[in-house]
Amino acid sequence: MGETIQSVERAAAILRLLASGPRQLGVAELARGLGLPKGTLHGILRTLVHVGFVEQDPATGKYRLGATLLHLGSSYLDVNELRTRSINWADALAGRSRESAWIGTLHEGHVLVIHHVFRPDDSMQTLQVGTYLPTHASALGKVLLAHDPYAEPAAPPLRPHTKHTVIDPGALEEELERVRTRGWAAEMEELVDGEVAIAAPIKDRRGVVVGAIGIRGAVERLATDGALHMEYVSYVRDAARAITRDLAR
Amino acid sequence: MPRPHYVAAIDQGTTSSRCILFDEGGNIISVAQREHRQIFPKPGWVEHDAEEIWQNVRAVMSEAVTGAGIEVGQVAALGITNQRETTVLWDRATGRPVCPAVVWQDTRTDALTKALGEHESLFREKAGLPLTTYFSGPKIRWLLDAYGLRERAERGEVLFGTMDSWLLWNLTGRHVTDVTNASRTMLMNIHTLAWDDELLDVLGVPRAMLPEIRPSAEVYGHTAEGVPVASALGDQQAALFGQTCFEPGETKSTYGSGSFLVMNTGHEPVASKHGLLTTVGYQIGDGPATYALEGAIAVAGSLVQWLRDNMGLISSAAEIETLAKTVDDNGGCYFVPAFSGLFAPHWRSDARGVIAGLTGFVTKGHVARAVLEATAWQTREVVDAMNADSGLDLTNLRADGGMTANNLLMQTLSDVLAVPVIRPMVSETTALGAAYAAGLSTGYWPDLDSLRANWHKAAEWQPAIDEAAREHEYRNWKKAVARTLDWVEQ
Repeated sequence: MGETIQSVERAAAILRLLASGPRQLGVAELARGLGLPKGTLHGILRTLVHVGFVEQDPATGKYRLGATLLHLGSSYLDVNELRTRSINWADALAGRSRESAWIGTLHEGHVLVIHHVFRPDDSMQTLQVGTYLPTHASALGKVLLAHDPYAEPAAPPLRPHTKHTVIDPGALEEELERVRTRGWAAEMEELVDGEVAIAAPIKDRRGVVVGAIGIRGAVERLATDGALHMEYVSYVRDAARAITRDLAR
Repeated sequence: MPRPHYVAAIDQGTTSSRCILFDEGGNIISVAQREHRQIFPKPGWVEHDAEEIWQNVRAVMSEAVTGAGIEVGQVAALGITNQRETTVLWDRATGRPVCPAVVWQDTRTDALTKALGEHESLFREKAGLPLTTYFSGPKIRWLLDAYGLRERAERGEVLFGTMDSWLLWNLTGRHVTDVTNASRTMLMNIHTLAWDDELLDVLGVPRAMLPEIRPSAEVYGHTAEGVPVASALGDQQAALFGQTCFEPGETKSTYGSGSFLVMNTGHEPVASKHGLLTTVGYQIGDGPATYALEGAIAVAGSLVQWLRDNMGLISSAAEIETLAKTVDDNGGCYFVPAFSGLFAPHWRSDARGVIAGLTGFVTKGHVARAVLEATAWQTREVVDAMNADSGLDLTNLRADGGMTANNLLMQTLSDVLAVPVIRPMVSETTALGAAYAAGLSTGYWPDLDSLRANWHKAAEWQPAIDEAAREHEYRNWKKAVARTLDWVEQ
C-alpha cells in the first residue's frame, strides 16, 4: 500500500464517529473521541459541511451526518422510475412529432431502451423496451457517451452498421464534443439506412445525465433535404427539458 | 387565418379538480389542477365542501385557458367528468349547499343499506346495482334525516345532485344530471332511464328534489362567458368514451389505487349473474343509451404502495418492477390482497389477505412478482365474469392509468388474459372522454369515426406464455383465493 493522505483519513474517522450513534456531537466530544486537537478538526469539519456530508445544528452548534451523505448510496435513478416520470412527456413528444419516441440509459457499454412509444399512425409496431442499441451509431448513445461521467471511450473497434456509421475514434470524439456543445445529438442513417434520429439529455437534480430521450423516423420526413428539420430538434429538446424539470422537483 | 379552437374538460375528481384543454387531434394543450380538502369527521366518514369544489373548478377553468395562452372565446365546448355517487344537497333559492357533500367512499350508510336487505333483488333488477354504501340514494336519505331536510326537499326547496349536477347548476343555472351519473344513484330505472317511483319509495327520497335526467352529450346551457356546456359523464364512463370503446365487447381498464374495468355491452342492459354491476356507458344526444358492465378491483396500485409504505421493500412505486425483475417467476408465491374482503366477482366480506405458497426459496423479488400478478389475476376474474355475463369475448384490453408505466405488469396482464393489452397515446382518457362528448355535441368533431381516428396505440403487449402455463398459474391463484375465505368470523 502506498502513501495515504492524513486529512482524508481523519475526515473518514469523523464520519465514522458521527455515524456510530444517534447523538449529535460537538467539537469537544469529537476531539476527545478522536484524540485530535480542536483546531485540526475545525478545518476538516468546515470542508465536510461545505460538501454536504456533515450538517451543523444551528441551535446547538453540534454536528451530525448530512443528508447528501445519506443519499449517496442510493442516488442512482431507477430506470423504471425514470420511465414513470417520463411517460407523459414521451407520449406528448410522439404526438407532436408524429414519430416514435425512445428513452435509453447506458448499460454495460450499450444503450438499453427503457421506454418506447409507437409512431402514432396505427401501423404494425413491436415494443422495443429491453433491447440494446450501439452507443456510437445511435443518437441516444451519442448523448449518453458525451455525458458519461466515467468518460470511457466507446469500445473499439467501432462496428459499421451502414456506410454512414462513424467508426473512426477521433471523428467520434469530435462528434461527441459537438453534442456537448449544442446539447443534442443527431444520427443520420448511421444505424439503419433510411432512418434518422435525434436525442437530447435528461438530467437529474444534481445535473447528472441519467438518460436520453429522442425520436426516430424516416429520413424523408425528418430531413427532407439532407438536413434535419429544426422543429423536430426543438420537440426533442422540449421533452428532455420537461423531464429534467420534473426530476428536479 | 381563423384562430384555432379547443375543447375544455373539467375532471372533478375525488382529491382534486382539473381542467384540461384539448386540440382537434385530442392532444393536451394545457392542464390546471387544484386539490380540495378531504374532511374526515369520524372513522369511515368522508366529506367534501361542494362550495370549495365549485370555487376550485372556476379557478382551474380560467387557469387552463390562461395557461394555454388563448382567450375564452377560443373554447368551443366544455365537458364535465366527475367522481361518481358523491352526494350534494343545496338550497334552490340561495344556490348554496345545505350540508357537507358525502363522498362515495363514505360508509355511514352501512346500517341503512343493511336494513334495505329485503329489497336487494329490486335494486339489482331495476337499478342494476348491488346494495353497497357507495351509491347516492341511501346517502340522500341519511342527509335528509340527519339534517331534518325532508319537508323542504318535498317542497323542492332543497335539491339533490351528484357532482356533475352541482357543477351544471352553477355553470348554467339548470337542475339537470346526466344519465351515467343518474345510473349510480339507485334511484333510476336502468331500463327506462327515468326516476323510478318504487325505488324512490323504498329509499324515501322525494321526487321534487331530483334533477332532470339528460343524455351525456348535449348542450345543457352556456357559461357566463358564453361557452356551451355540452357533456357530463361519470369518470369511469368518460374513460370508456375517451378510449373510444364504442363497440360491444370493447373494454377499458383503468389502473390506479384500485382498478375499474368497464365493458361496452351495446344498447340493452345486461343483468350480471357474476357479481358485476350494470351501468349506463353513455348516451349521445337523442340516440339510444349504450350500456356497460363494470367490475371494480379494490386493491391494485395500493398493494404496491403497501409494499413500499408498510413493508419498506421498495422506496418508490416504480421500483416494484426492478425488484420483480430480479427473479424470473413468482417462485410459487401468490398474493391475494383481500384487505377489506373480496370484491367482484366473489363479494366475500369475510375474506382477508393471504400470501400463499411460501417456502424457504421465496425472496422479496418473488413477492414483488406476486404483487404484480395479483392485479393481473384479479383483472382476469373480472374479465371472465364479463365474458360470461355478456356472451362477448374480450379481444383486447385498453389499459390506462398510472400503473401502465409498469411494463412487467402490462406483459403479465397480456399473459394471463391471453389477449393483447394496449396502452393508448393519451393517458388522460377520463378528461379526453368528456372533451370528446362535448365536442360531438357542438359539432367540433363530426362523428364517432373522427374520434376513433384520434386514438393511437402508444404500446402493445402480446401474450407470451402458453395455455398450459396460464392454466397452471390460474389454478394456483384460485387455490390462494380459496385460502382467504372464512377468515373474519361474523
